[in-house]
Amino acid sequence: MLQFIVQSVAAWIIPVFIFIILVYAASKKVDVFDTFVEGAKEGFSTSVTLIPYLVAMLVAIGLLRASGAIDLLITLLAPLLTRFNVPGEIIPLALMRPLSGSGALGVTAEILNSYGPDSFIGRLASTMQGSTDTTFFVLTVYFGSVGIRKTRHALSVGLLADFTAFVAAVFICSKVFG
Amino acid sequence: MINFLWFGMMIIGLMVAAATGRIEAVTESLFSSAEQAVSVAFSLISIMTFWLGMMKLIEKSGLINWVVKILRPLSLLLFPRLPRNHPAMHAILMNMSANLLGMGSAATPFGLKAMQELQAINEEPEMASDEMCTFLAVNTSSITLIPTTVVALRAASGSLYPTEIVGTTIIATICATTVAIILDKTMRALSRKKKKRR
Repeated sequence: MLQFIVQSVAAWIIPVFIFIILVYAASKKVDVFDTFVEGAKEGFSTSVTLIPYLVAMLVAIGLLRASGAIDLLITLLAPLLTRFNVPGEIIPLALMRPLSGSGALGVTAEILNSYGPDSFIGRLASTMQGSTDTTFFVLTVYFGSVGIRKTRHALSVGLLADFTAFVAAVFICSKVFG
Repeated sequence: MINFLWFGMMIIGLMVAAATGRIEAVTESLFSSAEQAVSVAFSLISIMTFWLGMMKLIEKSGLINWVVKILRPLSLLLFPRLPRNHPAMHAILMNMSANLLGMGSAATPFGLKAMQELQAINEEPEMASDEMCTFLAVNTSSITLIPTTVVALRAASGSLYPTEIVGTTIIATICATTVAIILDKTMRALSRKKKKRR
């Protein structure tokens, strides 16, 4: 039942949303096409200004992955985390999640395939994947797009939130699925 | 901070590559990552263009007033100093609605629009304003009601119950968002104290 609801919502939400926007705008006598184009004009320039920030950040993250620095960190952290009942298989995902969205999705897919989506590890990985966003990507892109150089406490708050999500996911999953 | 961090990431990457004998992989990864970055930006062009067009319709038709009304308690809690009818508030609320409903593709365009509007009223253009920090705190902890991507991924890998993680995900994300908001408010209060002392 829940599965049916979630899947239908996922399929219908955007079309329904667009339908409501268009019908409501037309009922208020807004020129829908002209207004859409007027707003859409900004799309190109905003996206292109992001290129240098994205290149800088993704190159650094790619380098950390390709050089084996992330693997090294995982090997160093593993004994510490297993002491707190954190399964070692999940550590690569926990490290990748704040750094790279596509990387984390790849790790999650790998975990689901090798341990099975309905295993404890599979459920834990799914929960972790869904409960935070890619902090580095959001920060680089959002601040970069408007030229903010001093980010104050935003990074530390973002990373601590990721850490909280990680701890909460381990705790809740071992209570619910353990 | 970001300068230091980026320098650190690059240097550690280079040194570890040298130490582990993966130095050939470095050059290859540099170019493939740079290419990936540009393709991310290019794929943003299409969704940015579409959703910014929709955003204009939402604002001009007055549909935004409904969103503002529904999410009023949230905006009062998070952004007490931001006027309710400011375009920045509109974009922030649209970004949050998109995230809550699992419309990932729409969230980034609304979020970038929000940053531009916040920057327009920022007193120190090089430094993140209080509102920006709060907005990012909520955003990076990604509060969501429907984790669409994960459910789809689980279904694709043959799960018998793809949605059984919805509940645990919502609880974990609420924990993260709560901590993010509390930390942000604390840091904000601390930085204000520091400013006064000067």
